[in-house]
Amino acid sequence: MDMILAKYNYWIYILLMMIGLYAMISKRNLVKKIIGMNIFQTAIILFYVSIGAKRNATIPILEHGHGHGDDAARTALDVAAYVNPLPHVLMLTAIVVSVATLGVALAIVLRIYRQYGTLEEDEILEQIQ
Amino acid sequence: MKVLGFLAVAFTGFLLVVAAEDFPAWGDAASPASTHLSPHFITDAVEETAVPNMVTAVLADYRGFDTMFETAVIFTAGMAVILILRRTRRGRDKHAPEDRTDELVHKDLITRTIVRLLVPFIQLFAIYVVMHGHHSPGGGFQGGVMLGASFILLAITFDLRTALKRIGERKNILLANAGLFIYAGIGALCLVLGLNFLDYSALISILPATDRIMAHSHGMLGIEIGVAIAVMAIMVIIFANLASRGRYDKGL
Repeated sequence: MDMILAKYNYWIYILLMMIGLYAMISKRNLVKKIIGMNIFQTAIILFYVSIGAKRNATIPILEHGHGHGDDAARTALDVAAYVNPLPHVLMLTAIVVSVATLGVALAIVLRIYRQYGTLEEDEILEQIQ
Repeated sequence: MKVLGFLAVAFTGFLLVVAAEDFPAWGDAASPASTHLSPHFITDAVEETAVPNMVTAVLADYRGFDTMFETAVIFTAGMAVILILRRTRRGRDKHAPEDRTDELVHKDLITRTIVRLLVPFIQLFAIYVVMHGHHSPGGGFQGGVMLGASFILLAITFDLRTALKRIGERKNILLANAGLFIYAGIGALCLVLGLNFLDYSALISILPATDRIMAHSHGMLGIEIGVAIAVMAIMVIIFANLASRGRYDKGL
Protein backbone atom coordinates (compact mmCIF):
# COMPACT_ATOMS: atom_id res chain seq x y z
CA MET A 1 0.00 0.00 0.00
CA ASP A 2 2.83 2.35 0.85
CA MET A 3 4.45 1.57 -2.42
CA ILE A 4 1.26 2.25 -4.36
CA LEU A 5 0.88 5.66 -2.77
CA ALA A 6 4.56 6.56 -3.00
CA LYS A 7 4.65 6.08 -6.74
CA TYR A 8 1.21 7.21 -7.86
CA ASN A 9 2.73 9.49 -10.50
CA TYR A 10 4.00 6.42 -12.33
CA TRP A 11 0.60 4.70 -12.20
CA ILE A 12 -1.07 7.74 -13.71
CA TYR A 13 1.47 8.01 -16.49
CA ILE A 14 1.28 4.29 -17.26
CA LEU A 15 -2.51 4.45 -17.38
CA LEU A 16 -2.53 7.47 -19.68
CA MET A 17 0.18 6.00 -21.89
CA MET A 18 -1.67 2.72 -22.27
CA ILE A 19 -4.91 4.53 -23.12
CA GLY A 20 -3.03 6.37 -25.85
CA LEU A 21 -1.32 3.23 -27.09
CA TYR A 22 -4.60 1.34 -27.19
CA ALA A 23 -6.24 4.12 -29.18
CA MET A 24 -3.35 4.12 -31.65
CA ILE A 25 -3.45 0.35 -32.10
CA SER A 26 -7.12 -0.54 -32.21
CA LYS A 27 -9.09 2.51 -33.32
CA ARG A 28 -9.87 2.55 -37.02
CA ASN A 29 -10.59 6.24 -37.28
CA LEU A 30 -7.48 8.26 -38.07
CA VAL A 31 -8.50 11.25 -35.96
CA LYS A 32 -8.99 8.94 -32.98
CA LYS A 33 -5.52 7.57 -33.59
CA ILE A 34 -4.14 11.11 -33.51
CA ILE A 35 -6.00 11.79 -30.26
CA GLY A 36 -4.43 8.61 -28.89
CA MET A 37 -1.01 9.84 -29.97
CA ASN A 38 -1.56 13.10 -28.13
CA ILE A 39 -2.65 11.31 -24.95
CA PHE A 40 0.53 9.26 -25.24
CA GLN A 41 2.61 12.42 -25.53
CA THR A 42 0.86 13.91 -22.52
CA ALA A 43 1.75 10.81 -20.53
CA ILE A 44 5.42 11.24 -21.42
CA ILE A 45 5.33 14.90 -20.42
CA LEU A 46 3.73 13.99 -17.09
CA PHE A 47 6.37 11.32 -16.54
CA TYR A 48 9.28 13.65 -17.16
CA VAL A 49 7.92 16.51 -15.07
CA SER A 50 7.08 14.19 -12.19
CA ILE A 51 10.64 12.81 -12.23
CA GLY A 52 12.00 16.32 -11.71
CA ALA A 53 9.81 16.99 -8.68
CA LYS A 54 11.29 17.31 -5.20
CA ARG A 55 9.45 17.54 -1.93
CA ASN A 56 9.39 21.00 -0.35
CA ALA A 57 11.13 22.51 -3.35
CA THR A 58 10.08 25.52 -5.37
CA ILE A 59 10.20 26.39 -9.07
CA PRO A 60 13.68 26.57 -10.58
CA ILE A 61 13.88 30.35 -10.58
CA LEU A 62 16.19 32.04 -8.11
CA GLU A 63 14.52 34.39 -5.69
CA HIS A 64 16.00 37.89 -5.74
CA GLY A 65 18.34 36.76 -8.46
CA HIS A 66 19.23 39.86 -10.43
CA GLY A 67 22.37 38.51 -11.94
CA HIS A 68 25.85 38.48 -10.58
CA GLY A 69 28.02 41.03 -8.87
CA ASP A 70 25.54 42.62 -6.53
CA ASP A 71 25.21 39.54 -4.40
CA ALA A 72 28.69 38.35 -3.68
CA ALA A 73 27.60 37.46 -0.18
CA ARG A 74 25.04 34.94 -1.39
CA THR A 75 25.50 31.69 0.42
CA ALA A 76 25.81 28.45 -1.44
CA LEU A 77 22.52 27.61 -3.09
CA ASP A 78 20.55 24.83 -1.55
CA VAL A 79 20.11 22.25 -4.26
CA ALA A 80 17.18 20.63 -2.48
CA ALA A 81 15.23 23.89 -2.47
CA TYR A 82 14.70 24.00 -6.23
CA VAL A 83 13.17 21.36 -8.46
CA ASN A 84 15.24 19.82 -11.21
CA PRO A 85 15.11 22.24 -14.18
CA LEU A 86 16.22 19.74 -16.81
CA PRO A 87 12.93 17.83 -17.32
CA HIS A 88 11.11 21.15 -17.55
CA VAL A 89 13.42 22.30 -20.32
CA LEU A 90 13.00 19.07 -22.24
CA MET A 91 9.21 19.11 -21.92
CA LEU A 92 8.88 22.79 -22.72
CA THR A 93 10.24 22.21 -26.19
CA ALA A 94 8.44 18.86 -26.46
CA ILE A 95 5.05 20.52 -25.91
CA VAL A 96 5.55 23.02 -28.72
CA VAL A 97 6.98 20.35 -31.00
CA SER A 98 4.00 18.11 -30.22
CA VAL A 99 1.68 20.93 -31.31
CA ALA A 100 3.63 21.27 -34.54
CA THR A 101 3.59 17.54 -35.24
CA LEU A 102 -0.13 17.49 -34.43
CA GLY A 103 -0.53 20.13 -37.11
CA VAL A 104 1.31 17.97 -39.63
CA ALA A 105 -0.73 14.90 -38.67
CA LEU A 106 -4.00 16.80 -39.09
CA ALA A 107 -2.81 18.17 -42.43
CA ILE A 108 -2.10 14.64 -43.66
CA VAL A 109 -5.52 13.52 -42.40
CA LEU A 110 -7.19 16.41 -44.23
CA ARG A 111 -5.38 15.44 -47.39
CA ILE A 112 -6.43 11.80 -46.99
CA TYR A 113 -10.03 12.91 -46.54
CA ARG A 114 -9.78 15.05 -49.65
CA GLN A 115 -8.57 12.02 -51.60
CA TYR A 116 -10.74 9.19 -50.26
CA GLY A 117 -13.71 10.88 -48.64
CA THR A 118 -13.36 8.89 -45.44
CA LEU A 119 -11.17 8.67 -42.37
CA GLU A 120 -11.86 5.02 -41.56
CA GLU A 121 -8.74 3.00 -42.06
CA ASP A 122 -10.42 -0.11 -43.47
CA GLU A 123 -12.45 1.88 -46.00
CA ILE A 124 -9.31 3.66 -47.18
CA LEU A 125 -7.51 0.32 -47.55
CA GLU A 126 -10.46 -1.03 -49.57
CA GLN A 127 -10.25 1.92 -51.93
CA ILE A 128 -6.51 1.56 -52.35
CA GLN A 129 -6.79 -2.10 -53.40
CA MET B 1 -7.77 -6.70 -33.76
CA LYS B 2 -9.42 -5.11 -30.74
CA VAL B 3 -8.70 -8.10 -28.50
CA LEU B 4 -5.16 -8.43 -29.84
CA GLY B 5 -4.55 -4.75 -29.32
CA PHE B 6 -5.90 -4.89 -25.79
CA LEU B 7 -3.67 -7.86 -24.97
CA ALA B 8 -0.60 -6.10 -26.33
CA VAL B 9 -1.44 -2.96 -24.38
CA ALA B 10 -2.13 -4.92 -21.19
CA PHE B 11 1.19 -6.73 -21.54
CA THR B 12 3.13 -3.50 -22.13
CA GLY B 13 1.33 -1.92 -19.19
CA PHE B 14 2.24 -4.87 -17.00
CA LEU B 15 5.91 -4.56 -17.97
CA LEU B 16 5.84 -0.84 -17.18
CA VAL B 17 4.19 -1.45 -13.81
CA VAL B 18 6.86 -4.00 -12.94
CA ALA B 19 9.56 -1.57 -14.06
CA ALA B 20 8.01 1.25 -12.03
CA GLU B 21 9.01 -0.51 -8.82
CA ASP B 22 12.62 0.41 -9.53
CA PHE B 23 11.84 4.07 -10.10
CA PRO B 24 12.51 6.57 -7.33
CA ALA B 25 9.59 7.58 -5.14
CA TRP B 26 7.62 10.73 -5.80
CA GLY B 27 9.50 13.88 -4.85
CA ASP B 28 12.70 12.08 -3.92
CA ALA B 29 15.50 14.66 -3.92
CA ALA B 30 18.12 11.90 -4.17
CA SER B 31 16.71 10.34 -7.33
CA PRO B 32 19.17 9.73 -10.17
CA ALA B 33 17.55 12.40 -12.32
CA SER B 34 18.22 15.04 -9.68
CA THR B 35 21.74 14.12 -8.63
CA HIS B 36 24.09 14.25 -11.59
CA LEU B 37 23.71 17.29 -13.80
CA SER B 38 20.84 19.11 -12.14
CA PRO B 39 22.76 20.33 -9.03
CA HIS B 40 25.25 21.99 -11.33
CA PHE B 41 22.47 23.84 -13.13
CA ILE B 42 20.89 24.91 -9.86
CA THR B 43 24.05 26.12 -8.15
CA ASP B 44 26.09 27.50 -11.04
CA ALA B 45 23.62 28.70 -13.66
CA VAL B 46 23.25 32.19 -12.25
CA GLU B 47 27.01 32.66 -11.80
CA GLU B 48 27.75 31.43 -15.29
CA THR B 49 24.97 33.12 -17.22
CA ALA B 50 23.44 35.84 -15.01
CA VAL B 51 19.99 34.38 -15.64
CA PRO B 52 17.97 33.58 -12.49
CA ASN B 53 15.49 31.43 -14.41
CA MET B 54 17.38 28.15 -14.63
CA VAL B 55 14.95 26.75 -17.18
CA THR B 56 15.76 29.54 -19.61
CA ALA B 57 19.48 29.24 -18.86
CA VAL B 58 19.50 25.52 -19.58
CA LEU B 59 17.20 25.88 -22.58
CA ALA B 60 19.04 28.64 -24.37
CA ASP B 61 22.60 28.24 -23.19
CA TYR B 62 23.60 24.81 -21.91
CA ARG B 63 21.27 23.07 -24.35
CA GLY B 64 21.36 25.67 -27.10
CA PHE B 65 21.90 23.14 -29.86
CA ASP B 66 18.90 21.09 -28.76
CA THR B 67 16.67 24.15 -28.73
CA MET B 68 17.92 25.29 -32.13
CA PHE B 69 17.00 21.99 -33.70
CA GLU B 70 13.67 21.90 -31.88
CA THR B 71 12.97 25.24 -33.54
CA ALA B 72 14.08 23.71 -36.81
CA VAL B 73 11.60 20.85 -36.23
CA ILE B 74 8.78 23.35 -35.74
CA PHE B 75 9.88 25.24 -38.84
CA THR B 76 9.95 22.01 -40.86
CA ALA B 77 6.50 21.10 -39.56
CA GLY B 78 5.12 24.42 -40.76
CA MET B 79 6.69 24.00 -44.18
CA ALA B 80 5.34 20.44 -44.35
CA VAL B 81 1.81 21.66 -43.61
CA ILE B 82 2.12 24.20 -46.43
CA LEU B 83 3.43 21.54 -48.81
CA ILE B 84 0.68 19.08 -47.93
CA LEU B 85 -2.31 21.40 -47.88
CA ARG B 86 -1.70 24.69 -49.64
CA ARG B 87 -3.38 25.07 -52.97
CA THR B 88 -3.21 28.30 -54.87
CA ARG B 89 -5.33 27.30 -57.84
CA ARG B 90 -9.01 26.73 -57.43
CA GLY B 91 -8.84 22.98 -57.94
CA ARG B 92 -11.69 20.54 -57.65
CA ASP B 93 -12.20 19.22 -54.17
CA LYS B 94 -13.73 15.79 -54.48
CA HIS B 95 -14.89 15.51 -50.90
CA ALA B 96 -15.01 19.09 -49.77
CA PRO B 97 -17.79 20.04 -47.41
CA GLU B 98 -20.07 22.56 -49.11
CA ASP B 99 -18.91 26.12 -48.79
CA ARG B 100 -20.50 27.92 -45.95
CA THR B 101 -22.57 30.95 -46.71
CA ASP B 102 -22.19 34.29 -45.07
CA GLU B 103 -25.04 33.97 -42.62
CA LEU B 104 -23.32 31.00 -41.01
CA VAL B 105 -20.27 33.06 -40.21
CA HIS B 106 -21.16 34.78 -37.04
CA LYS B 107 -21.05 38.43 -36.62
CA ASP B 108 -21.57 38.70 -32.94
CA LEU B 109 -21.00 42.22 -31.74
CA ILE B 110 -19.97 41.24 -28.22
CA THR B 111 -17.28 38.72 -29.14
CA ARG B 112 -15.92 40.97 -31.87
CA THR B 113 -15.65 43.99 -29.63
CA ILE B 114 -14.11 42.02 -26.78
CA VAL B 115 -11.58 40.39 -29.06
CA ARG B 116 -10.71 43.70 -30.64
CA LEU B 117 -10.05 45.10 -27.20
CA LEU B 118 -8.25 42.01 -25.94
CA VAL B 119 -5.86 41.19 -28.77
CA PRO B 120 -3.43 44.09 -28.18
CA PHE B 121 -3.15 43.16 -24.52
CA ILE B 122 -2.57 39.50 -25.33
CA GLN B 123 0.21 40.53 -27.67
CA LEU B 124 1.68 42.90 -25.11
CA PHE B 125 1.65 40.15 -22.51
CA ALA B 126 3.23 37.75 -25.01
CA ILE B 127 6.06 40.20 -25.64
CA TYR B 128 6.50 40.60 -21.89
CA VAL B 129 6.70 36.82 -21.52
CA VAL B 130 9.42 36.70 -24.18
CA MET B 131 11.42 39.63 -22.84
CA HIS B 132 11.10 38.74 -19.18
CA GLY B 133 11.73 35.04 -19.69
CA HIS B 134 15.05 35.32 -17.91
CA HIS B 135 13.59 36.44 -14.60
CA SER B 136 10.13 34.89 -14.51
CA PRO B 137 8.44 31.86 -16.07
CA GLY B 138 8.41 32.38 -19.79
CA GLY B 139 10.57 32.46 -22.85
CA GLY B 140 10.52 32.27 -26.60
CA PHE B 141 8.32 29.23 -27.02
CA GLN B 142 5.63 30.37 -24.60
CA GLY B 143 5.56 33.94 -25.83
CA GLY B 144 5.61 32.85 -29.46
CA VAL B 145 2.65 30.55 -28.97
CA MET B 146 0.76 33.38 -27.23
CA LEU B 147 1.48 35.75 -30.10
CA GLY B 148 0.32 33.14 -32.57
CA ALA B 149 -2.79 32.50 -30.49
CA SER B 150 -3.70 36.19 -30.62
CA PHE B 151 -3.81 36.02 -34.42
CA ILE B 152 -5.70 32.74 -34.30
CA LEU B 153 -8.24 34.34 -31.96
CA LEU B 154 -8.67 37.11 -34.50
CA ALA B 155 -9.16 34.53 -37.26
CA ILE B 156 -11.79 32.66 -35.23
CA THR B 157 -13.86 35.68 -34.21
CA PHE B 158 -13.66 37.58 -37.48
CA ASP B 159 -12.54 35.41 -40.34
CA LEU B 160 -9.26 34.15 -41.65
CA ARG B 161 -8.94 36.93 -44.21
CA THR B 162 -9.09 39.59 -41.51
CA ALA B 163 -6.30 37.93 -39.60
CA LEU B 164 -4.23 37.38 -42.72
CA LYS B 165 -4.56 41.04 -43.59
CA ARG B 166 -2.54 41.72 -40.44
CA ILE B 167 -0.03 38.99 -41.03
CA GLY B 168 -0.10 37.69 -44.58
CA GLU B 169 1.08 34.40 -45.96
CA ARG B 170 4.33 35.65 -47.44
CA LYS B 171 5.07 37.67 -44.34
CA ASN B 172 4.48 34.58 -42.20
CA ILE B 173 6.87 32.43 -44.16
CA LEU B 174 9.40 35.24 -44.12
CA LEU B 175 9.03 35.60 -40.33
CA ALA B 176 9.45 31.88 -39.78
CA ASN B 177 12.65 31.97 -41.78
CA ALA B 178 13.81 35.13 -40.03
CA GLY B 179 13.25 33.60 -36.59
CA LEU B 180 15.35 30.57 -37.33
CA PHE B 181 17.92 32.77 -39.04
CA ILE B 182 18.24 34.98 -35.94
CA TYR B 183 18.91 31.90 -33.82
CA ALA B 184 21.43 30.32 -36.16
CA GLY B 185 22.85 33.75 -36.96
CA ILE B 186 23.67 34.52 -33.34
CA GLY B 187 25.27 31.09 -33.10
CA ALA B 188 27.32 31.75 -36.21
CA LEU B 189 28.23 35.22 -34.98
CA CYS B 190 29.85 33.65 -31.92
CA LEU B 191 31.77 31.42 -34.30
CA VAL B 192 32.92 34.39 -36.37
CA LEU B 193 33.98 36.26 -33.23
CA GLY B 194 36.34 33.46 -32.37
CA LEU B 195 34.56 31.13 -29.97
CA ASN B 196 32.40 28.05 -30.36
CA PHE B 197 28.99 28.01 -32.02
CA LEU B 198 26.43 29.51 -29.58
CA ASP B 199 29.10 30.42 -27.02
CA TYR B 200 27.64 33.78 -26.11
CA SER B 201 30.79 34.96 -24.31
CA ALA B 202 32.05 35.96 -27.75
CA LEU B 203 29.40 38.67 -27.95
CA ILE B 204 31.25 41.00 -25.56
CA SER B 205 33.28 42.39 -28.43
CA ILE B 206 30.17 43.76 -30.15
CA LEU B 207 27.92 44.50 -27.18
CA PRO B 208 28.92 47.67 -25.36
CA ALA B 209 29.07 47.90 -21.57
CA THR B 210 28.85 44.23 -20.77
CA ASP B 211 31.04 41.45 -19.49
CA ARG B 212 31.44 37.78 -20.30
CA ILE B 213 28.64 36.66 -17.99
CA MET B 214 26.13 39.31 -19.02
CA ALA B 215 26.84 38.51 -22.68
CA HIS B 216 25.27 35.10 -22.05
CA SER B 217 22.11 36.76 -20.84
CA HIS B 218 21.94 39.07 -23.86
CA GLY B 219 22.68 36.26 -26.29
CA MET B 220 19.86 34.23 -24.76
CA LEU B 221 17.48 37.14 -25.15
CA GLY B 222 18.42 37.32 -28.82
CA ILE B 223 17.73 33.70 -29.54
CA GLU B 224 14.52 33.76 -27.48
CA ILE B 225 13.28 36.54 -29.75
CA GLY B 226 14.20 34.42 -32.76
CA VAL B 227 12.37 31.42 -31.33
CA ALA B 228 9.31 33.55 -30.55
CA ILE B 229 9.11 34.94 -34.09
CA ALA B 230 9.50 31.51 -35.67
CA VAL B 231 6.99 29.82 -33.36
CA MET B 232 4.42 32.58 -33.85
CA ALA B 233 4.66 32.42 -37.64
CA ILE B 234 4.49 28.63 -37.72
CA MET B 235 1.44 28.52 -35.42
CA VAL B 236 -0.39 30.97 -37.68
CA ILE B 237 0.68 29.03 -40.78
CA ILE B 238 -0.55 25.72 -39.37
CA PHE B 239 -3.86 27.19 -38.26
CA ALA B 240 -4.50 29.06 -41.48
CA ASN B 241 -3.82 26.00 -43.61
CA LEU B 242 -5.85 23.63 -41.48
CA ALA B 243 -8.79 25.99 -41.03
CA SER B 244 -9.16 26.81 -44.72
CA ARG B 245 -8.03 23.45 -46.12
CA GLY B 246 -5.08 25.21 -47.74
CA ARG B 247 -7.18 27.76 -49.57
CA TYR B 248 -6.73 30.82 -47.37
CA ASP B 249 -10.37 31.77 -47.83
CA LYS B 250 -12.80 32.66 -45.07
CA GLY B 251 -11.66 29.83 -42.86
CA LEU B 252 -13.71 28.45 -40.03
